[in-house]
This record gives sequence, structure tokens and C-alpha cells, in this order.
Amino acid sequence: MGLTGDQFKGLLMSGLSQGAMYGLIALGYSMVYGVLGFINFAHGEVFMVGAMTGFIASEKFNANGMWESNFALCLVLIVFLAVFVSTITAVLMERVAYRPLRNSPRLIPLITSIGISFFIQNAVMGLFGPATKSYPRLPEWLSKQRSILTFEIAGTKILVLLVACISMVVLWYLVERTKTGKAMRAVAEDKEIAALMGINVNRIIVTTFAVGGAMAGVAGILWGLLFRSVTHMTGFLPGIKAFTAAVVGGIGNLGGAMAGGIALGSAESVAPLVILEPLGVPGVSQLKDAVAFTVLVIVLLFKPTGLFGERLAAEDRA
Amino acid sequence: MNTSTSLLKPIQTVGLEWRRVGKWGSLCGLAMVLTSLIGMPVGLDGRILIEGRLSLGYLSLIWLPLVFGYVVPKRIELEGVESTTYGLQDLLAGLCTGLVAALGPIVLIFGINNFNLRKPLINWSPKLFDLLTHGRGIGTGVIGWLVVCGLLGFAGGAIHLISGRMRRIFISVIFGLLFISILESAITDLSEGFGLESLTDRLYAKRGGLTGGSSLVLAAILGSLSFLLKGRVKRVTSRYKDMDGVQRQSVSLALIAVIVALSIVLPIFLGTIMNELLANVGLFLLLALGLNIVVGLAGILDLGYVAFFAVGGYTTAVLTSPESPWFAPELHFGIVLIIVVVIAGMTGLVIGAPVIRMRGDYLAIVTLGFGEIIRLLFLSDWLKPYFGGAQGITNVPPVNLGLAVVKGTDPRSVFYLVLVFCLLAIYVSWRLQGSRLGRAWMAIREDEQVAEAMGINTVNTKLMAFVVGAVLASFSGAILAAKVGSVFPNSFMILVSIIILVVVIVGGMGNIAGVLVGSFVLIGILGGPRQPGLLQEFQSFKLLIYGALLVFMMLKRPEGLVPSARRSQELHQEEFLQDAWLGDEEENEESPSAQGLLAANVVEDEEDNSL
Repeated sequence: MGLTGDQFKGLLMSGLSQGAMYGLIALGYSMVYGVLGFINFAHGEVFMVGAMTGFIASEKFNANGMWESNFALCLVLIVFLAVFVSTITAVLMERVAYRPLRNSPRLIPLITSIGISFFIQNAVMGLFGPATKSYPRLPEWLSKQRSILTFEIAGTKILVLLVACISMVVLWYLVERTKTGKAMRAVAEDKEIAALMGINVNRIIVTTFAVGGAMAGVAGILWGLLFRSVTHMTGFLPGIKAFTAAVVGGIGNLGGAMAGGIALGSAESVAPLVILEPLGVPGVSQLKDAVAFTVLVIVLLFKPTGLFGERLAAEDRA
Repeated sequence: MNTSTSLLKPIQTVGLEWRRVGKWGSLCGLAMVLTSLIGMPVGLDGRILIEGRLSLGYLSLIWLPLVFGYVVPKRIELEGVESTTYGLQDLLAGLCTGLVAALGPIVLIFGINNFNLRKPLINWSPKLFDLLTHGRGIGTGVIGWLVVCGLLGFAGGAIHLISGRMRRIFISVIFGLLFISILESAITDLSEGFGLESLTDRLYAKRGGLTGGSSLVLAAILGSLSFLLKGRVKRVTSRYKDMDGVQRQSVSLALIAVIVALSIVLPIFLGTIMNELLANVGLFLLLALGLNIVVGLAGILDLGYVAFFAVGGYTTAVLTSPESPWFAPELHFGIVLIIVVVIAGMTGLVIGAPVIRMRGDYLAIVTLGFGEIIRLLFLSDWLKPYFGGAQGITNVPPVNLGLAVVKGTDPRSVFYLVLVFCLLAIYVSWRLQGSRLGRAWMAIREDEQVAEAMGINTVNTKLMAFVVGAVLASFSGAILAAKVGSVFPNSFMILVSIIILVVVIVGGMGNIAGVLVGSFVLIGILGGPRQPGLLQEFQSFKLLIYGALLVFMMLKRPEGLVPSARRSQELHQEEFLQDAWLGDEEENEESPSAQGLLAANVVEDEEDNSL
């Protein structure tokens, strides 16, 4: 075993922080599937748009020196901007493409969302160029290694976990404690009855997309801080992995989506080195994505309802 | 119109709907700005359509006001409700939409002039400014856009006013010119093969594009042709449809024979580039025919279809190439094909057996996962000793058929090889469609539970579709390996699956003719994932267009360009039922009118209910 305890802890930490990000994206998949019963394949692109917005804004802040002098304010501003743009992207998507297809067979909106995903990817490439874009350097006090309970962890990762926790709590409050959240759950349960109860179904569906988009925007900024690079293809793999996370946690189940994300993130960062390396497989870090896909295939094959149980309307269960 | 609905008041439109004009006009303006910033006008400006008048770059902008000008005054025609006739206010609406839309490029002109947003937006450049102002300064640019967009919007509105015959003539002139200028390289190539260079020299300018004079002449020819042929085409097709079984079959056979003969003879006269293009179209056609069986007939959305393409390619490479790193038997292509069929079929079974029971959308994502896993495995260091990792396997030998050698440097031979397989695939799909198995697939596509209740073993039947699709894809992969002479993991990206899906959907799911049209139009003109099409300038925009096309087709015409009759009935079930219901009402009150089979069934149902 070439793996020391410290290394393992490090891997676990980066897995956790990445997983928290997957979890945030997964919330969008889970909520949309819960309410409309189809896979919004383009949700990964919403995340990418958030990361791209963050890059453009931080570049501008960096140019006038604000990034270094007042980093905290900048961070709040770019999160706000990214959330704004991502939300608008998600809502527009719903309005233009998904609303006219509300009553069509399940595969039709899925195919549409693949088209949207392609369109957004390539539109972003056309607008901002195909080159990889790097976020400006983070201030020293944030990115330096800290030691918490014998775990060596970079400050950025703590920030990611913290922000993910905060977003999760806000979302939990929104869904479980507010009237809008109640309406969302009602619409997910049964659209027609919800409409009979005086709920504006269209508005709730738009809200669902908006909330999912906002979460993806936050995740986009976290991605930018963690990896400091973004391209037009950034949304594809995290998108599919986040969908995996949503399935692992049980689709429609928000706590499950977050847990699934963290489980998947840890699995894909730890499994190659812990399981594959001892088997004598060379170049294991290349197989990180293959591990994630294998998890997806295995979960869908053996436990398609997810680890924590899916929550879907009867018509979507089929 | 029928009298039974005269109680309903005609829809009153009070003058112009300004809100609608404003909304769609500004949307059009935004679309123009977005297109400009994505870089289409500048990127496509090199391709000239009509010399000195119109380039593809400008075309990518100015089609928008024309279409929006047409859409804005369009009224939804409800059956039995009299809508107001189109009139002067519609021309005005079109004009105003165009004028509002012109604000988009105008704002962009001023923006580029006064601000520098080059940093994030790479196309915010003086080049775009020059293109938008036509290189003649701001004033001319502003007035030019106002005039052009206004006129085009006006023309769009005017489409509603002119008679159907005029409309047909205009449409055939515009699309005919567009096609002749897009197909420039193909036509030039073909005429060189026939020794008719003088004709094309006169037709096209030196730097590409139609000359002004020849486009006028062509427009006149096309216009008079469509005037003379009015109704004839329809008469011929309706006569074809009225024929009885035997006669119709013999006519179809004659048609097919002509097409096959043409596709055998034409490549002889074509140059290398065109044959290369045809070979690529053929390769993707083969893939699309396979996917058509899986998606179009059986209704299984397989997003990892590229996996079988990869399996075919890699099997061929390993078995024929002397440089295969692990096992290099250097077999003959003919023997390899048999092994490829076996391996692809087995892969299809192995991947298909577990996933086939899943519900449709999960199946799509899982197959996508499988497709990506297979590529990642070929790419990984782990399997590098067997498949060469990122370097792939090179030096795949050409196919030696005894009489002729099929190699990548001679695309004509590749095309003939592909043609044989395509004909085979078309024959197989055609025979399968009508067979018991094909009908079982369609039944499953329409309603799986009902199909199961009818005694169809759904799991096995779907698995068969998966395997047949896998085998066809693997043929394509095998030919690709022999054609390119090497295989790399990156030739088998998920992208390939998606592009084939677009081809099948745009052409028409479940219809062989549709798939043919889809692959010729999309792969031939826009190009495949790596292969350029006739419009090479589109290289960096084709995925954007594929994405937009997919969304557009799903929203407006899910049955595709050449729909299969049954499939479109499924997709528009509600409309069909509604038509049938309306037909029923009419029948009760007025003269009985001829309705479709479906209608007749529903009429019976309705009567049962009323009793």
C-alpha cells in the first residue's frame, strides 16, 4: 500500500469539497425531476454559465485592484452575479424550450435539453473563445493550508464546504418552511390537484428552475475558486456526475442529493487510489471519471430508487 | 367555411398589435446581436454566395428580420373560426418589426465604436464593426440597417398577402439560388468531371459565389420552372399514391434502381474532395440507419451509440494492423468483418441486457455513461498495452478485395465500399420494418405495456433492436478504421452519438427516406463531428447549429423533415383525435366527408358513447 494516512485524509478532503459542489448541482436535477419528471440535461450548462460569469466579473475586479484590496466584498459580488445569471439562464430555458413540451412524452424534453446543452456550450465558446480561462490568484490568507483536527485542508476547501452548507440550509428552509416550498412540494406530488388548490403551477415550476439555477450558480463560483479554471466544456462532466449524485441520493429527495454528491465526490477521488491502485492498474487518476460513470451504472442497475429513496409523483414513477 | 360555426364571432384585431411587434422585434434584434457576438457574420464572411452582393456572413444576420417579419403578423388559424383576412396592417407590422430589430445591430455599432469589451467578448472587434457598417462609417451603417431590416420585415409580412402561386415561385427562387450557391463546390466538381467547365466558369465568380448576372438568369429560370411545374409535382405524387400494390411496387423498384445507378455512376465524375465528402456521408448514414432502428423503430434512446462504432473500429484495427501492440494477427478484412459482427453483437448484448429494463430516460443516461466509459478505457494507461492509449493504433492496412484496393487516399473506393454496406443496411431496415419483429418494435415504441399485454416479449425484442443497431454501427467503425488507417479514442466522443441522433431526428425518426435526407443535408452540408461538409466555414458553428436544430425540431416538428406516417400520428395524437372529432360533428350536420382510418375509429367510439 503506497497510501499514507495523511494522503488518504487529503484525498478525502478534496473529495468532500468536490462532492459538496456536485451536491449543489444535483439539487437542480433533483428538483426539476421531482416537479416535471424529466432529466434536464442542460443543467450542467447552467453551472458552467455561473462559473463563466464569475470568471468575467473576477477578471474585471482584478483589473481595478479590488480583488486584492477587498476580496470578501468581491466574493460576495461575484456570487451574487453568478447566481443572477444562472437563474436567468435556467428560467429562460424553461420558458423557451420546456414549457411548450409540458405534456409530451418524457423523452422529448430530454432530447430537447441535450440540444440546449449543445447550444449553450457552443454559444459560450463563440462569445468568449475556446481557450481555458483562469480565475485570478486567490489571496494568501484564504488558500493557505490549515490544520483542523489533524486534517490538513486548504482554506479554499473549507470555504467551499461552508458555502455549500449555508446554501443547503437556505434551501431546506425555503422548501420545508415557506409557503412557496409547500407549493413546490404540492406541485411535485400532483400538478392537477395542486392547481385545483389554487397554486399557480406555472409560477412554481419557474421558481423551481430559478432555485435550481441559483444553486448551480453558487456551485459554479465554488468550482472557479477550487480549480481556478473554466472552459465552455466545464459543465458537461460535472453535470452528468451531479445527475449521478441525484440518482444515488434518490431523485426528488433534496437531502439525498446533497448526500449523494458528497458520497460520489469522495468515491471518485478515493476509489482509484484505494481500490484500483492495489490491483496493479497503472495511471489510475485517469480513471476518475470512469469510476463516477461506473457508480452511475451500478446504482441505476441495482438500486434505481437511490440510497435514500426517491420522492416522485405517481405518474413519474412508471 | 361551414355554417355550423357562424355563431362564433370572428376574431377582432384592432389595428396593429404594438406589444407583439415590440416584443418580437426586440427579440429579433437581440438574436442578431447574439449572432454577431458569437462570431458568425465575421467567421462566415469569407464564403460568398452572390458576388459583391451577399456573403454567408450577412445571410446569417439578415434572415432573422425576414422570418420575424413573417411570424409577427401570422395568425393562429382555428378550425371553424373565421380569422380576419391579411391586409395592410400586416405589412405595417412586418415593417415595424424590422425597424425595431434594426436597433440591435445599430446599438452594437455604437457600442463597438465607443466601448472596448474585447476582453471577455472575443468578437467585439473592429472587424465586426467594419462588417456591420459595410466599411462606410456609422451613418451609412445605421441607415443601411434600418432600410435593410425594414424592407426584409416588410417582405416577411408581404408573404401573407401574395397569392399561393406567387409565394411558391418566390420560395423556389430564393431556396434554389441558395442551394446552387451552397452546392458550388459540388457542382463545379461534377461539371469538371463531365467536361463542362465553361458553364460553371460563367455561373460562378472566380473568388466563389454566383456572379450577379448568372444569379439573375438562374432566378428567371427557377421562377419560370416553378410557374410551369405548378401542380404537376403534386399530381405525380398523388398518382403514385393512388397506384395499387403491384404497379406501385414496380414504380418504386424503378425509382430505387435509378437512384442506385446514379450513386454508382456519379462518383466516377467527381473529384477527390467530393468523393471524400460522399464517403463521410455514407459512414454517418450507416450509423444513422443503425440508430434509426434503435431510436426510430424501437423507441430506445441510446446516447452511447458511439460505443459500438468504437468497438467496430478498434476490433478492425487490432485484427488487421501490424502495429497493434498486443495481438496482431493481420487478418484479411473479410474475415475481420465476421469477427466484428460477433464482437459488436456481444457488446450489444452485454451492455443491453442489464439496461434494457430501465425506464427510458435512465436508459439514455446509462448508455451515455457506457459510451464514455468505453472511450475512457481505450484512452487509459491501464489498457495501453492492448489498445495503445491516447496514441491509438496506427497503420491499419487498406482493404484488399482482390479486384480493387480500398484505401483512404482513394475516397472513391471507400465510397463504393460504404455504399454496399449502406444498401445492405437499407435493405435490412426495410425488410425489418414490415416484419413481425419490426411491428413488435413499433408496438413497443407506441405503448410498452399494451405491447406486453399483446404477448410481445418486450425485453428480448428491445434487446434485438439494440444488437442490430450495434452491428450496423460496428460496420461503420470498421470502414472508418480502414479508411483513416488508424483509430484514436478521441474519434469516439459522445459528440458522435449526439450528432447521429440529430441526423435521425431532423430527417425523421423511423423513416429510411428521412434518415437518408437527414444525413445528406446535415453531414453533407454542415459536416460530421470532425469531417467538414460543403460549408467548411461552418466548422466552428456547426455544433451550435446542431443544438439549435435539435431544439427547434423538438418544439415545432418532432416527426422530422420526412416523417413516417405512423410516427407523426403518434406525436400529434391529440390533434388527430381532435380532427376526427371535428369531422364527426361535420358528418352529423352536413355532408359526410372523407376522413382517415383513425377518424373513422374515433367516430365509432363517439357514437358508442352517445348511445
